[in-house]
Amino acid sequence: MIPALEHIPSGCAAAGIMNQSGVCISGDAILDMMSVMHSRSNGLGGGFAAYGIYPEIPNYYCLHIMFDTESAKREVDSLIEENFITEREEKIPTRTIEEIKDPPLLWRYFVLPKPDKLIAKDMESDDFVVKLVMLINTRIPGSYVNSSGKNMGVFKGVGYPEDIGRFFMLEKYNAYIWTAHGRFPTNTPGWWAGAHPFSILDWTVVHNGEISSYGINKRFLETYGYKCVLLTDTEVIAYTFDLLVRKHGLPLDIACNVVAAKFWKDIELMSEEEKKLHTALRMTYGNLLLNGPFAIIVATNNYMMGLNDRIKLRPLVYGKKGDFSYLASEESAIRKVESNLEDVYSLIAGEPLKVEVKKDVCA
Amino acid sequence: MVDMITVDALNMDSKQLNRKIKELVSQGQKEINIINVLGQRFIGNGIQDNSLKITIHGVAGNDLGMFMEGVSIELFGNAQDGVGNTLNGGTISVHGNAGDVVGYAARGGKIFIEKNVGYRVGIHMKEFENNVPVIVVGGSAGSFLGEYMAGGILVILNINSPKIMKADAIGTGMHGGKIYIRGDVDINNIGKEVVILDIDDNDYKILKNILKEFGNKFNFNAVELLKDKFIKLKAISHRPYGNLYAY
Amino acid sequence: MSVLDRLLPEFFVKVDKELCIKCGQCVMNCGFSALLQDKNKNVKPVHEKCVACQRCMYVCPTKAIQVSKFPGTQKHNDYWKPEYINNIKKQANSGGILLTAAGNDKQYPIIFDRLLLDACQVTNPSIDPLREPMETISYLGEKPVNIFIEFKDNKYILKNNLKPNVKLNSPIIFAAMSYGAISLNAHKALARAAKECGILMNTGEGGLHKDLYEYADNIIVQVASGRFGVTPEYLKRSAAIEIKIGQGAKPGIGGHLPGYKVDDEISFTRMIPKGTDALSPAPHHDIYSIEDLAQLIASLKEATDYSKPVGVKIAAVHNVAAIASGVARADADYIVIDGFRGGTGAAPKMIRDHIGIPIELAIAAVDDRLRKEKIRNKVSIVAAGGIRHAADMAKALALGADFVTIGTAALIAIGCTLCQKCYTGNCSWGIATQRPDLVSRLDPDEASKKLVNLIKGWSLELKEIMGALGINAIESLVGNRERLRALELSSETLEVLGVKPAGR
Repeated sequence: MIPALEHIPSGCAAAGIMNQSGVCISGDAILDMMSVMHSRSNGLGGGFAAYGIYPEIPNYYCLHIMFDTESAKREVDSLIEENFITEREEKIPTRTIEEIKDPPLLWRYFVLPKPDKLIAKDMESDDFVVKLVMLINTRIPGSYVNSSGKNMGVFKGVGYPEDIGRFFMLEKYNAYIWTAHGRFPTNTPGWWAGAHPFSILDWTVVHNGEISSYGINKRFLETYGYKCVLLTDTEVIAYTFDLLVRKHGLPLDIACNVVAAKFWKDIELMSEEEKKLHTALRMTYGNLLLNGPFAIIVATNNYMMGLNDRIKLRPLVYGKKGDFSYLASEESAIRKVESNLEDVYSLIAGEPLKVEVKKDVCA
Repeated sequence: MVDMITVDALNMDSKQLNRKIKELVSQGQKEINIINVLGQRFIGNGIQDNSLKITIHGVAGNDLGMFMEGVSIELFGNAQDGVGNTLNGGTISVHGNAGDVVGYAARGGKIFIEKNVGYRVGIHMKEFENNVPVIVVGGSAGSFLGEYMAGGILVILNINSPKIMKADAIGTGMHGGKIYIRGDVDINNIGKEVVILDIDDNDYKILKNILKEFGNKFNFNAVELLKDKFIKLKAISHRPYGNLYAY
Repeated sequence: MSVLDRLLPEFFVKVDKELCIKCGQCVMNCGFSALLQDKNKNVKPVHEKCVACQRCMYVCPTKAIQVSKFPGTQKHNDYWKPEYINNIKKQANSGGILLTAAGNDKQYPIIFDRLLLDACQVTNPSIDPLREPMETISYLGEKPVNIFIEFKDNKYILKNNLKPNVKLNSPIIFAAMSYGAISLNAHKALARAAKECGILMNTGEGGLHKDLYEYADNIIVQVASGRFGVTPEYLKRSAAIEIKIGQGAKPGIGGHLPGYKVDDEISFTRMIPKGTDALSPAPHHDIYSIEDLAQLIASLKEATDYSKPVGVKIAAVHNVAAIASGVARADADYIVIDGFRGGTGAAPKMIRDHIGIPIELAIAAVDDRLRKEKIRNKVSIVAAGGIRHAADMAKALALGADFVTIGTAALIAIGCTLCQKCYTGNCSWGIATQRPDLVSRLDPDEASKKLVNLIKGWSLELKEIMGALGINAIESLVGNRERLRALELSSETLEVLGVKPAGR
């Protein structure tokens, strides 16, 4: 797993499935969806996010970490030992298949911050975990945290998504939200940590497109302590939502108005109150506007959301049948797993489509 | 040689399916029926054949009928992006929705979409003498409709859709061709190169012919829609950027 | 007159006898009396008075006049340049400080010319600015850090009290040039053009003439150390207020308007006696430390009921980042940083050419420092000093500036040819002069049209550049160093700029 020297633009196929009543399904469906969109990727990256997969241990942060070397793992182990109470730690089970070569070490740790550490640093648990994740990513070479949320996890690497799915044995997990991504990066080699989804706490993002504002998004986020080191522009999207929604307390649709801001010419025609709000949003968070084409699927423990850039340069389709909601880059991917949809339509530029879990499933 | 041959696209990828179709075409097959289509791309690409008819059941993948000439394609299901991309001639009818960029750079032929379409439909359509492409949409269309249009005819019928179109930047960059809309547009939502006009007798004649054909395709009386208000969008000038450069 | 008192002329004026139709246009137009007509209407040059303002060349209907360097070669010397030799002789004559005008003309590495912009291909589409939305609207002033919202009656309502901001259609402001340094007609042209383009102009330190009152919404009024024309009315009639601490052409020293440029109108506007030298002291005499600046800012805000942004203009010097941080914390709403290429109506040559740092480095350093200290939102950063074209502007924005100002470029649009003789008050173009016969040559309507065209051309070019970058909103360009690459700059410079070398 060699980090590419330069920032790798993102491709290319994204999908998501959610059951609004929290009913969990295996990874087969999402793998099926991705197989239809095979030609959108080039085998250099695939990944999945799954929610509700650790129902027996739902209150612990689950850190999915990948290591280049044993020594990197040892360093991270002592960092975790020092800062967290560890309930369980184990290798992430994988299946050896021909298509996936040279995987890094893949481990998961179920942890809680040590109370005295929280008091000493005067921090909330979530902030503490974010800080440690940034620390591991920047200070310990050869180690990268893939996910850090509760009762969820990210599985990703270099390979076609279907192959990554088989490698991680996703058919054995049951989740009420699945999202997936296949990459078409234009640099080689692809590297494991550069695949999507990108994640912080229970935020995951899969992204089709390229962010032309990455340079300034990154610098703004760095002011708030987020370190963008995974060399993929999508990373900033995950941190942006964490900052706006969790830290700054903005409602999700307002956060979407930041990353896909209303045009000034449309703001001009709004009511005084709305004009004031949208002008203030652009003034304050102009550096977090995501410029460039994008279709993103964002998920948390409680919802899945799709969003397109404000001039709709990437496809994203929504489908619904009963309690199941689907998002995908192509309609055919949705039809593969559900041929009789009640509703199917494309998203509108700059307008989020959010589907929420009806009951609180993360105990 | 049978009159119509059916191809089952189940588990075929785009390359395999298209190879099969082209094989049948080269054998002289004039009617091909494809079932279980799920996202295969490039169906009908580059085929030049004035008497070939392809029927598709399922969800057609991107770039349906691209670079095509003369062929008649009928899709029972939704289409994805790029229907009739750079279409030279022929007819594509979709009994369902179509995605973004329908008829991009089309310069001949006809595209009929029964329901709704996405963004940038009819972008940079062209025409020359008798080669006038026509795109007709039964439902609504998204923003950047007819962007950069240089020729051709684009018709949006807004059946079961808001009569004042929500789309933005309609006709931005237009310098030729005509857009007919059943309903209305907000002046803030059209490109600065565009002027809104009422339809005249000539327009009425053109629309009548087009709607007759559209109605036949989808089994309803489309000509009746001419009772309702239609507007026409045209370019103000064919040289909208004449003053842009300092020499 | 001893031979030691003489100086060789700098320029040679050649009148082609065959082409010359003896119309006398050149003679009438020369502000420096460098051309005469004898009784037979033959045009006779007075070489020593020529400053190469080129007015005669522009007006001559037959292109009969040629102004060139005075011939007669000195032994070539790359070290003792002709300018240095002449300067020493001038000082031997006068015992004074060498005066000059306009911006630093010496050869220093030009960082803008070593920076290249990116373009999108394949992985990210470029955007077509003529057909797709392209937003260059920018706000000048302090921005909030957090947004507070409540949900009432099914709507989101903003709870913040926003600080005052001024909306500009493009991120360009006309630089501060005082009425006194330039003519009233030039000032009028700038004000009119600013209004028409939806941007701002700046009065400079000479006060605001009443003929410009109608353009108040597009004018920044400057409060400099001389406090010329600073009345409560002056402060109210503005879109924003700017405290001038320094300028790029003469960091550390005050303004100087020679007495012969102070006529009735200037006397009225600046409120000083006619014919006196208008000297602005170097420091404001109520600002001897940063807390004093904070006090002046607070005082101005109080005097204007907190209704408009109050900014501060400083020169780009060595520790500009620390100074800017202090200024931001002193509650300034925007900071103008004037680089060492900034122009002036009059400055000592030694100061203009050897003090200060390039604006590219200053902007990068200030932007970094403010972000590091988490106070970037408190000020808009305005880059000034030698923005020559739209690509310089785009690069300045990418380095971290929210706006740029143009002074020299604006004057060139209305006739200036950079002869650097503004301090004489004999500007043949009617720009840097108060002589009524010269001022009347500059038609404010015509000049304003030229300025509007310039802004229009640059704005379109900026949009083309943004389109190539795949960006459709200016806030995605500001500070986006990732879209710049450098060619042949040292690694230390790259570090200061935060820019990668081309190829990476």
